[in-house]
Amino acid sequence: MGKIKVENLTKIFGKKPKKALELLNKNTSKDEILKQTGMTVGVNQASFEVQDGEIFVIMGLSGSGKSTLVRLLNRLIEPTTGNVWIDGVDLAAMGAKELREVRRKKLSMVFQKFGLFPFRTVLENVEYGLEVQGVEKDERKATAISSLELVGLSGYEHMYPNELSGGMQQRVGLARALANDPDVLLMDEAFSALDPLIRKDMQDELLDLQQKMQKTIIFITHDLDEALRIGDRITIMKDGSIVQIGTPEDILTNPENDYVERFVEDVDRSKVFTASHVMKRPETVNAEKDGPRVAMQRMKDTGISSIYVTNRKKELLGIVSAEEVSKAVKENHSLLDIIEKNVPTVHPDTPLHELFDVVSTSPIPVAVVEDGLLKGIIIRGAVLAALSSGQEVNKDESTTEASAS
Amino acid sequence: MSLLPRLPLADGIDAFVDWLKGIDGLFDVPKEFIGFTVTHLSNGLSAIPAWLFILLLTGLAFFATKKKFGLPAFVFFGFMLIENLGYWSDMMLTLSLVLTSAGISVILGIPFGIWMAKNKTVESIITPILDFMQTMPAFVYLIPAVVFFGIGMVPGVIASVIFAMPPTVRLTNLGIRQVSTELIEASDAFGSTPFQKLFKVQLPMAKKTIMAGVNQSIMLALSMVVIASMIGASGLGTKVYYAVGRNDAGGGFEAGIALVILAIILDRLTQSFNRQKGVA
Ligand SMILES: Nc1ncnc2c1ncn2[C@@H]1O[C@H](COP(=O)(O)OP(=O)(O)OP(=O)(O)O)[C@@H](O)[C@H]1O
Ligand SMILES: [Mg+2]
Repeated sequence: MGKIKVENLTKIFGKKPKKALELLNKNTSKDEILKQTGMTVGVNQASFEVQDGEIFVIMGLSGSGKSTLVRLLNRLIEPTTGNVWIDGVDLAAMGAKELREVRRKKLSMVFQKFGLFPFRTVLENVEYGLEVQGVEKDERKATAISSLELVGLSGYEHMYPNELSGGMQQRVGLARALANDPDVLLMDEAFSALDPLIRKDMQDELLDLQQKMQKTIIFITHDLDEALRIGDRITIMKDGSIVQIGTPEDILTNPENDYVERFVEDVDRSKVFTASHVMKRPETVNAEKDGPRVAMQRMKDTGISSIYVTNRKKELLGIVSAEEVSKAVKENHSLLDIIEKNVPTVHPDTPLHELFDVVSTSPIPVAVVEDGLLKGIIIRGAVLAALSSGQEVNKDESTTEASAS
Repeated sequence: MSLLPRLPLADGIDAFVDWLKGIDGLFDVPKEFIGFTVTHLSNGLSAIPAWLFILLLTGLAFFATKKKFGLPAFVFFGFMLIENLGYWSDMMLTLSLVLTSAGISVILGIPFGIWMAKNKTVESIITPILDFMQTMPAFVYLIPAVVFFGIGMVPGVIASVIFAMPPTVRLTNLGIRQVSTELIEASDAFGSTPFQKLFKVQLPMAKKTIMAGVNQSIMLALSMVVIASMIGASGLGTKVYYAVGRNDAGGGFEAGIALVILAIILDRLTQSFNRQKGVA
């Protein structure tokens, strides 16, 4: 069982949720329920499981129930029906004291608008969680200081929140959550108040922290780019229901329905797609068994003007051009005599936006190489095609378009 | 004219009052307590020589306003004038009446305000009572005060408390309710007990609002002084009251000025304390 398990979790806001529940079971829409009963569906029968150490991103339009869902996970909001298990323990069955214990030790939350206490210094804010647990003054101070260090805020301990920039306040919020050393971080649009540059820094910082400390992170965002950057899995919500859960690639390549597709439309593909998405199967010759004649024949068949050379294990050796090959045939040289070893290569995980330069300046198709093995080649048009359509070019293997020279 | 006989409301109330007076200790204990407090407070205050008192308060004003000169100067010359006019001991009586009433208003008012903030039902019961207390003409409070506590300082304090308490209760409630949901959620999310939440988050956040309520309570208590003098609560109010009776414009004006000076000093002092304690 995962770290967090959610089953059939439903929250209805309003005085008489029973009636709304009945309607929900009959698949009535959120709008219709509001019209008929005046109740608002916050979250509708959500089920999922989050693994230990996973970054689980929740996305959706405004009002789709993201904040409600995450607040159901630490019971800041009581569910109407359904269950949440943390480490296999049912949250709803806990008494007030037990719940406090879970909130103190296992779950910490980072808030969209920071939620810092204005009358407390940065240090006192970060100490708060430990203070309510009754940790000794010296000990909690030491923990708070190292937690502030972790988010790069050493030296600001004695300032008040309103003396800090938004980005710094956000980091204080993060430090406060980390000071408790929780297993799970709940982050409700924790980065949306930040400007793009700081935001990217914070994402990197979060990923770093995640690497170091292996926390389970539930991360809410409006921003697909952010979701794709940091999420191990992404959940898309609409009107309180979960529409799709999947890896970033799943979401991009197989959107479940129009709603998800519209989300995906806006994404900056250059950051999401990598070389492996746009490469195609290469024509090659095997230098250990094929000679110039075979190479010549293969180039003629496929209509290309140069061909990559590998050995039997598919390790990349270099490239030969048609011109050189025909000379070699006449002069009886082997492929290895005429091979050009200096070829442009990229790793399969290279993001598209970094491919632009390499691909556009190279006269020959760029080789995609991993651990010395030739995985594919990228031709110039494929990058642009991927950016404009989102289609994966390597699925379409019939194209045997060749590079110019 | 009417089909119904006149309702015996007055008789009913009289009977109720008699019944209440029959309960042992219900009125004696607060009477003793308030009497003790007012007497000792006024004795204590009167024991301080006027010059020392004036210097102390001027100094206090100087620090409370962060070393500005306006208020300290006003405190100094204002008190000098009162002393000069011969109202010093009356002012001390009035001050002890006001401080006792305001003190009781705060001691009772803040917990009621907290209770209201934490419980919707309590709020919906107390709110109309507060409305009632505030809209009723202040004179009316003299009647139950006299009925249960006789005449003198004690019923004066009682009437003042009833009149002065509502702002503290209201503003405590308001201050706590105004704390943003995000801070409440933050406090809950880190596993605070209700007590920790109240003392570590809600009260500190509501402090300014509560202090504004306390300030208003002090002002209201002061405004009860003249009215309370009608039932024998002595002090500056008595001087005003007598002046009215004797058509003595000059005397009334002097005592009135003394009251105004005291009011301004109390108001500005409490306000500057409130400002000072805010976060930088
Ligand atoms: N306390 C509440 N009382 C009544 N309805 C509520 C309450 N909180 C949320 N809702 C309703 O529940 C639905 C989901 O709200 P929620 O705040 O979870 O959305 P969200 O996805 O977090 O939106 P946003 O991106 O704007 O933060 C909305 O229709 C909202 O009106
Ligand atoms: Mg939200």
